[in-house]
Amino acid sequence: MCGIVGLFIKDKALEPRLGELTAQMLATMCERGPDSAGFAVYGAPEDGKAKLTVQSANADQDFAGLDAALSKTLGVPVEFERKSTHAVLTVPADKAEAARAAIKAGHPGVRIMSAGETIEIYKEVGWPTDVSEQFHLKEMSGSHAIGHTRMATESAVTTMGAHPFSTGSDQCLVHNGSLSNHNSLKRKLKHDGMTFETENDSEVAAAYLTWRMNQGMNLGQALEKSLDDLDGFFTFVVGTKNGFGVIRDPIACKPAVMAETDQYVAFGSEYRALAGLPGIDKAKIWEPEPATVYFWER
Amino acid sequence: MRTIDLAVTPLRELNSELHRQSDGTNEAEWEILNPRGQHAVAVGVDAPIKVAVRGPVGYYGGGMNKKATITIHGSAGPGVAENMMSGSVVVKGDASQYAGATGRGGLLVIEGNAASRCGISMKGIDIVVRGNIGHMSAFMAQSGHLVVLGDAGDALGDSIYEAKLFVRGSVKSLGADCIEKEMRPEHHAQLATLLDKAGIKDVKTSEFKRYGSARKLYNFNIDNADAY
Repeated sequence: MCGIVGLFIKDKALEPRLGELTAQMLATMCERGPDSAGFAVYGAPEDGKAKLTVQSANADQDFAGLDAALSKTLGVPVEFERKSTHAVLTVPADKAEAARAAIKAGHPGVRIMSAGETIEIYKEVGWPTDVSEQFHLKEMSGSHAIGHTRMATESAVTTMGAHPFSTGSDQCLVHNGSLSNHNSLKRKLKHDGMTFETENDSEVAAAYLTWRMNQGMNLGQALEKSLDDLDGFFTFVVGTKNGFGVIRDPIACKPAVMAETDQYVAFGSEYRALAGLPGIDKAKIWEPEPATVYFWER
Repeated sequence: MRTIDLAVTPLRELNSELHRQSDGTNEAEWEILNPRGQHAVAVGVDAPIKVAVRGPVGYYGGGMNKKATITIHGSAGPGVAENMMSGSVVVKGDASQYAGATGRGGLLVIEGNAASRCGISMKGIDIVVRGNIGHMSAFMAQSGHLVVLGDAGDALGDSIYEAKLFVRGSVKSLGADCIEKEMRPEHHAQLATLLDKAGIKDVKTSEFKRYGSARKLYNFNIDNADAY
């Protein structure tokens, strides 16, 4: 089943409420995905800085001295802010790739959830409202956020199998559905240098879009291409640093409803997810058409 | 009139109250407030009562209805009026996928658009949609009528049996074994009755085309045996 929520803010006055509104939307989708939950929040960028969100199953042990070790390897100061099993590491933007490599090489227990100028991804196994409280989603602010509640079908219920998946800088994808050609597509993407953390089909979709965007496409064009290359059931909601996209496969049996006002664009697997948004009574509400790309940028 | 506010009353309580009603009940009019997209609102009613739902409902709104007149003043999620037996369900907004699925009787009116698979496997229900319907509508539709004032999406009436489809706008494509058929006087009369029941007065029956089964898939064709 799975539940998806997404909120893309158009009116800056609403940005401080991004986390609160996303948490409230996510809470309505618990029954659709009781296994695990996750969310990506696009916060304010800091000039010349990049953020890596990392996670560990043994956070006390793995996070102890992580910033100092990285700082030593990279030769620059590293800011560290822990949030439960996750932590956000802030480094100079030109050191983001080196930081990623250093973590992979020297800290095997630390998993990288996301990297970029604005994105932070938090995800864990458990009841969705517990997950959102664990990471204080309510208190976060930013320009857009995408959340997911998972009922697993294609791969194991683990932290890494939870959504969103991030396969490129400031990019993320959540998926409701199941892909049938992910194995062959994965081989092709691996051949072109893409790397994978899990056996999850949705990660392949995320990597596919990253691969297309690396070729110079924007998110909208990459989504358009995915209709030719991905086989299976999907409703995707995708985020980039300044973009927010939605697409459904041509059969479109995975539910989706959208709302738009002057203040925001919102996505929900069901209307319940949208019911608490400000001005919903006057919002334009519609069901996204099958095989049609919806894409907003700011 | 009984008013039930779903912001304070649990859905289960509402539905059991509705199930307690029967023929000749004194509580003939009901108003439901704040449905906020909840699932299964006013499902399984079996009494000639009037129910007004003030706001959008989620999955299966008014499902399995028998005898009641249910009006949803908002949009409806997937499976509105699913398996309706009799009575009517009116949706003032849009309906999501598989509206009126497997319905055996009664009238479903959707004043906005309906998404994909509208009237899938319908078995006697009448469905009138003022707007458009999505792809794969009336898939394996067995009996009853589907009237669409707007356009129909891809694969209308795929593998249809004996349901009758009337579409006023364009049909993106017809499904397997579904063909356009002649509008004879009895079809004009039938359509006029349906439009009248749905309270639609601004269109003429001559603006519609009729679609139905070519009856080529009814029996297994032995010449196709090699394909299996």
